[in-house]
Amino acid sequence: MDLSRLFQPQSIAVYGVSLTNPFHPANVIYHKNHLRYRTATYAINPKGGDLYGEPVYRSIREVPGAVDVAVIGIRAERVPDALRECLAEGVKGAIVISGGFAEVGRQDLQNEVAHISRANDVPVIGPNCLGVFSPPVLDTFFLPPERLIEIRPGGISLVSQSGGILVDLMIKLTQEGAGIARGVSIGNRAALDEVDLARFFLDDPATTVIGLYLEGFRPGRGREFADLLERAAKPVVFMKAGRSPGGSRAVASHTASVAGDYRVLHDILGHAGALEARDEAEFVAFCEALSSTRSPRGFRNLCIVTASGGHGAMASDECQEAGLVLPTIPAGDGDRLRDELSPSIRDIASVGNPVDLTGSATDRDILASLRFLLGRQYVDGIILLLLPYLPAITPDVGARAAQIARETGKTIVAYVPHIDKYGIFIEGFQANGIPVSHTVQGAVHMAKAIARRAHP
Amino acid sequence: MKPQTAAILESCASAGWVVEPLARRILTEYGLPVTQWAWARDLENALEAAAEVGYPLVVKVVSPRVIHKSDVGGVIVGVEDEQGVREAYRRMARLPGFEGVLLDEVADGLELIVGAKHDPQFGPVVLTGIGGTAVEIYQDVAIRMAPMSPDDAESALDSLRARKLLEGFRGAPPVQRESLVDLLVRFSEMAHDLGPAVDSIDLNPVFCGPERCVIADARIMLPRNQG
Repeated sequence: MDLSRLFQPQSIAVYGVSLTNPFHPANVIYHKNHLRYRTATYAINPKGGDLYGEPVYRSIREVPGAVDVAVIGIRAERVPDALRECLAEGVKGAIVISGGFAEVGRQDLQNEVAHISRANDVPVIGPNCLGVFSPPVLDTFFLPPERLIEIRPGGISLVSQSGGILVDLMIKLTQEGAGIARGVSIGNRAALDEVDLARFFLDDPATTVIGLYLEGFRPGRGREFADLLERAAKPVVFMKAGRSPGGSRAVASHTASVAGDYRVLHDILGHAGALEARDEAEFVAFCEALSSTRSPRGFRNLCIVTASGGHGAMASDECQEAGLVLPTIPAGDGDRLRDELSPSIRDIASVGNPVDLTGSATDRDILASLRFLLGRQYVDGIILLLLPYLPAITPDVGARAAQIARETGKTIVAYVPHIDKYGIFIEGFQANGIPVSHTVQGAVHMAKAIARRAHP
Repeated sequence: MKPQTAAILESCASAGWVVEPLARRILTEYGLPVTQWAWARDLENALEAAAEVGYPLVVKVVSPRVIHKSDVGGVIVGVEDEQGVREAYRRMARLPGFEGVLLDEVADGLELIVGAKHDPQFGPVVLTGIGGTAVEIYQDVAIRMAPMSPDDAESALDSLRARKLLEGFRGAPPVQRESLVDLLVRFSEMAHDLGPAVDSIDLNPVFCGPERCVIADARIMLPRNQG
C-alpha cells in the first residue's frame, strides 16, 4: 500500500464543512489548509453553496481536477459511502477524523472502513483521530492555529494512538528546539496502524527519527513491529502507556505471571533496538538527541564539564543511574588541562571528572577544556553544563563548542537553563548540531539515548 | 507439531494442563535434556524404578488435580532408600486425583527458570531467568521472541541482573554456557512449533552446573477454551 500521497497531496477535499458553524472541526481543517498551506483545498457539503466566496461542492464529483486525499469529518454512518465515492473518483488516500466507530460500539462501521481500504489498496487513517500533520502541504488537526505554537520543522516523525499526546509531544519538542517532520494520530486504526506508519517512515527521506506513543499492538502486530526494528536503520523511540498489569488475574504459571503484556513488550522491543522512554521528558530528550547528532562510533566514556560544582554532582549521579561511565582523568592529563586554563581559575578549578571550571570560567576556558578532553582517547563525548548568567560566558560559546565537536568527530550534549532568556546561547548550540536540554537530567537523558544507539 | 506431543496435548485438553511425566515426554521428543526419571503407578513398580533411577532421589506426586505439588506435600526430596520410597508413596497416594509417583534424580547447580508463553501481541515468547519458587519476587528474567538464535539466547542471559552467577561467583564454577544456550534455542524452537496450542510452559527449575544443564520440573498449561 502506497502511503506517500497521504503526506504529499497536491489537492485535498474536506468532507463535512459546515455552512452555518464556522467552528466545526471540518471548517477549521478547511481554513487551515486553504489559507495557510499551498495545497489546493476543496470544501464538500451536500447542500452546496459558498463559504466566504469560495465554492462548496455538493460532492467530490463536482470538484474541478483530481483530488489526492479526502479528509472526512462527517457522521460515522455516512463515512463508508463517502469513502466509496472518493475511491470512485481516484482519491489516493483518506483520513477519517470522525468519531462514532468502535469506541462507541460501532465495530461494524469500523470494519467497513477497514474493508474498503484493504479491498481497494488505498490507505485510510483513523477513524476517530486528528489525522496527519505534514507541513507545508497538509495539516488535518482540527485545532485552531492560534491555539498552538508554530511547530518547528525537522526530522522527527511521530505516530500516536492518542491525538492529545501527539499534540503535546509536538509542542514540547518544539519548545526544546527539536523539529518535526510529520505527525500522525492513528485513532482507532481501522486500516493503518503504528506498524504500517513506522514502516513508511523508515523509508521516508524527510524522517530521521521515529517516535511512537503506544498503548498496545493489535494481535500479532507486535511481532511484525519487532521484525521491522531488526532491519531499521533509523532510531526508533517509544513510550508505552498501560505499564501496570491490569487486574489481579490468578495465573497458574510463573511465566504467565511474570511475563505480563508490558514486560514482554519492554524486553522484546528493547532487544530489537528501539529506545524506550519512561516518560515525556525522556521521550523529548531521546528524540532531540537522536535527531540532532549523528550516531558516533563510540559513546561509552563521558566527561562532564561544568561551571558549578553542584550541577556537576547532580549530573554525575544521573550518569551513574543511567549506566554511563565517567572515566578518571589521569593525573598527568589533569595537570596539562590545568595549564590550558586562565591564570585566574587555574588554581581553583577542579580537573577530575566532572571538570569544574568555577563561576569565574570564561568561554576560552570552556573551549580549551572541550578541545583537550575530546582529544583524549579515553573520552568519547562531553556533557557540558553551561550557566549563561556567569559574567565571562558569551553567546558565542555554543557555535565554537560545536566547531570543536566537528573537528574531533566526537559528540557534545549541553544543558542551558531558563529557556526564554537565554535563547541566543541555546541557539548557538542547537543551530550547530549540539542538542540542548533545559534540565541537567534532560542532558543526561540525551547522552543516554546516544549511548544506547551507539552500543545497542 | 511432533506426533507424540500432539497426542499428549489432546489427551490433556480437558484437564487444562499437562502433568509432569507427560510434559517430560514432550520435552524429550523435542530433544531437551531432563533429569533421570520414572513414572510408577504402584508401590512395587516404584521400588523397582527407584533402584533404576538411583538413590538419593526426589519423589513427586502425579495428579491432574495437583498443579502446585509442593503446596500440598506432593514433593519429597532426599529420599535415601526403599523405606523412604514406601513412606513417600503412602503419603502421596492420599492426595486427590493420584495417578502414581514420579521418581526423579537429584540434580544440583544454579536454579534457572525457562518458560514460554503465547503472547497476544508477539506470539510465542521465551522467558529466561533466575528460577526457584521466588521467581515472582526477583523477576530477574529476560523475554525474547521464539524461535531464538544463539545470539538471542546469549543476549537474554547477559541482560539478567544476576548474570554474574552464571559466570561463577565467589569460587563457584561457571555454568556450562554452551549447553544452556543450546537448551534455550531448542526450547524456543519447541515453543514456536507449539504456538497457540499451549498457553504457557514453566521449566522450573532448570539446574545449571559446570557439567550440564538439565530440566528438573516441567508444567505445561493449555489454553482454557481448548477441547
